[in-house]
Amino acid sequence: MAARDQHGTEAPWGKGFRVVGKENRKVDGLAKATGEAIYTDDIQLPGMLHAKMLRSPHAHARVLSVDTSKAEALEGVVGVLVGAELPIRYGVIPWTPDENALATDKVRFIGDEVAAVAAVDEDTASEALDLIEVEYEILDAILDPQVALVTPEPPIHEGRKRRDNISKHVDLEFGDVDAQLAEADIVLEEDYSFHSTTHAPIEPHCAVAQPNSDGRITLWSSTQITHYVHRALARVLELDPARIRVIQPCLGGGFGGKSDPFSLEFVVAQLALKTGRPVKMLWAREEVFYAHRGRHPMQMHYRTTAQKNGTITSVDAKLLIDGGAYSSFGLVTTYYSGQLLTGPYDFPNYRFDSTRVFTNKPPNGPKRGHGSVQPRFAFEVQLDEIAHKLDIDPIEIRRRNFIGSDTKTINGQRISSNGFMQCLDEVEDASDWKARRGKLPHGRGLGVAGSMYISGTNYPVYPNKMPQAGVQLKIDRSGLVTVFTGGNDIGQGSNSMVAYLVAEELGILPSHIKVVAADTDLCPVDLGAYSSRVTFMVGNAAIDGARKLRKHIVEAVAKHWEVEGRDVRLMDGTVIDLSEAARSMTHVEAFHLAEEMFDTLGSTGAYNTPELGGDYRGGTIGASPAYSFTAHAAEVDVDTETGRITVLNIWAAHDCGRALNPIIVRGQIEGSTYMGAAEVVMENHDLNRFGLHAGPSLLDYRIPTSLDAPNLEARIVESIDPEGPYGAKEAGEGPLHSTIPAIANAVFDAVGIRLRHLPFTPAKVLKALRELEEQN
Amino acid sequence: MNGDTVEVAAPEHWTLLEVLRYKMGLTGSKQGCDKGDCGACTVLMDGVPTLACLSLAATAENQAITTIEGLLPAHRADGGEGADPVQDAFDRCGALQCGFCQPGMILSAKALLAKNPDPSREEIKQSLAGNLCRCTGYTQIYEAVVLAAKGEQV
Repeated sequence: MAARDQHGTEAPWGKGFRVVGKENRKVDGLAKATGEAIYTDDIQLPGMLHAKMLRSPHAHARVLSVDTSKAEALEGVVGVLVGAELPIRYGVIPWTPDENALATDKVRFIGDEVAAVAAVDEDTASEALDLIEVEYEILDAILDPQVALVTPEPPIHEGRKRRDNISKHVDLEFGDVDAQLAEADIVLEEDYSFHSTTHAPIEPHCAVAQPNSDGRITLWSSTQITHYVHRALARVLELDPARIRVIQPCLGGGFGGKSDPFSLEFVVAQLALKTGRPVKMLWAREEVFYAHRGRHPMQMHYRTTAQKNGTITSVDAKLLIDGGAYSSFGLVTTYYSGQLLTGPYDFPNYRFDSTRVFTNKPPNGPKRGHGSVQPRFAFEVQLDEIAHKLDIDPIEIRRRNFIGSDTKTINGQRISSNGFMQCLDEVEDASDWKARRGKLPHGRGLGVAGSMYISGTNYPVYPNKMPQAGVQLKIDRSGLVTVFTGGNDIGQGSNSMVAYLVAEELGILPSHIKVVAADTDLCPVDLGAYSSRVTFMVGNAAIDGARKLRKHIVEAVAKHWEVEGRDVRLMDGTVIDLSEAARSMTHVEAFHLAEEMFDTLGSTGAYNTPELGGDYRGGTIGASPAYSFTAHAAEVDVDTETGRITVLNIWAAHDCGRALNPIIVRGQIEGSTYMGAAEVVMENHDLNRFGLHAGPSLLDYRIPTSLDAPNLEARIVESIDPEGPYGAKEAGEGPLHSTIPAIANAVFDAVGIRLRHLPFTPAKVLKALRELEEQN
Repeated sequence: MNGDTVEVAAPEHWTLLEVLRYKMGLTGSKQGCDKGDCGACTVLMDGVPTLACLSLAATAENQAITTIEGLLPAHRADGGEGADPVQDAFDRCGALQCGFCQPGMILSAKALLAKNPDPSREEIKQSLAGNLCRCTGYTQIYEAVVLAAKGEQV
């Protein structure tokens, strides 16, 4: 780890933080509140065309021919595009490029893109789609992952090394799992399953492309990964990347659903090049459900052994992961499904065998808590079952298995700071656990669960030794500092975070910081908003860049005042002479002195992770410079007559290291928790037996309204991390995980039924209640 | 329209949302679903929260329409300083994450506070139930409405 990557955890000017940890406004809050903020679909360009996508009505078919002649002849149609014009495949993971912008040979799910039309308006483009004639040879569709596992025919993807429908298989063992069976006081073995859920950001995907007169092309896109889109565009369009500019405007929610390159980005770019006009494509809400990349459904088998005192001795997992039609992040998902379970509890022996298969469904990908929410659900329910059988309090069994801080997991992940024990204390206190758990009237119950998550990992999706995050700072003579960052603010507040850190480091007010983000022409590369990496990585890069500037400013003022550098302190935009308290100047004057001494002022900052991870194939996937920890307690009401579960209260305690802005951290904890709760009782990305989406709308796919959301209480735990920016870790994804098992465990406390298969519908509840009654 | 009388020509099947976004450049009203499920396009029609995506533009004739862009100028016209108190409270409370649903949410909150200046948590939930937010879990939105009701400004 380079020195530039570690900046200490203390306030840079001594005497406490001035910006960090305070309830500051966001840099873009008022712009969003007043309608001034520009999202991709708000961009209107002169002469702009509107494009629409023709999608497959078949789950699996060979595309024999696409005849667009009638569509082209329609008045108002300016450009038509078919797969043959964009034959190069792509995929966010460079090892598995299996997507085409438009189908070249086959369609692999209902909704797969086949052709596109650009016209003078949306109505004309839609009309033209009806005139495109596609000849399909319908193939058998594989919708069940169990079938995909054992059926190589028909292969959903042809021409791979593997001649089957397996997307990725990972089998890793640490220690000796089977040897624990004989010794164990208790062995618990059960099946669990997690259904399909999707991100449902309120902003649908949108992209606008403009051909520039200098031969370049500009793409605005609602993406979380500007840099990867830039690379993918260059590859597919066969253009020099220096001729492509990618900009992410204000983004209306992502949650992982905008972290793949999507077909519309290639299509609008190619249509813009072809027609010489700006082209926009806005996906209808229905299309967002086909784009999906949502949480992978998983069928999970867990066997845990433990001693009488609750100490876990081994965990054995076998997982079948439904990948849907394409690879997406699937290679990583398959690893994450096993690699991220090895905390906050100590697993002395651990094995997982995960298989991701292709099916003819909308592709699955990374949804908030990528790959690890599903195993976390299964394991935390199993741990609760063990606690019950051993008559140990569910919080207590979690304490007994705590892995500790400054340690290593069985699979070689380095754990540094770890505030999990305090998280448990907080939810125990907040829920009044001791007085209420197990003592509530029948139908009411409390449950608990814990989890951990990464703050980014040391595995960039394409191998390179360049920084994972970079920033550039520029100082204006007005006193304004502009920070350029490739980081993607997707609503989580990363631009604000950058402003706070630079303001803190330079001793100026956040109102004197302007952040320019996610524009490949202007900003240094950051890998994007995924894996909860932005605060940790971009944050450290921002401190690195600001600290270099600070050195110049201090040196210039010290020389001017003829004092030692340590006597110069910047605070809230004022420079103070500590040796002679009466003397001060504004930060603007200090900037001028520094510019006189060092010429035009600017700096760069960067971050790279240290060497991390286990020394085995895949050992770096899931290896994070810091892990966040969470505990949830949930209170439910189960109506034994209707089978309906109402989640009443959820208390969430999350260890995010130093909370750089507690309001924003709270928002992440509450938002994650509410999203997790909805996956248990409301949301289901369901397909019918033909592979057709059961209800691709925000009416049928039920995300909670204000009347459905449970009462939430978030508590922030700050285990200051030695390597995080001023000690910060992630807060955006971790706090989703344990919501789900906490609710499952609360249902057990309420009515004595173990629900192991999501979602928890009234029918499942009633069935389980009946079985329980029969047993008794 | 936000206090101005304007004449707009548009195809008869166009919705108010299309006219706002495509004819008038008022892109603050968002299109999240275009079928009345999400509430991101909510505007006030004679003070009543209305889904612009389900309203034909012609129904807006002779009506006072308030969009999110209209709040700040109205606040200033009333002699106010800074931002509109509801917009300001949403910012201060962290109610704006991605912000995409918030123009509609803020207008629903405005309408609530206009008729009920001191709403309970339950009344706030009822009034905002037509506006989906995917980021916050709603708690910070409730807090913003309460703060706005108190009328405290920084």
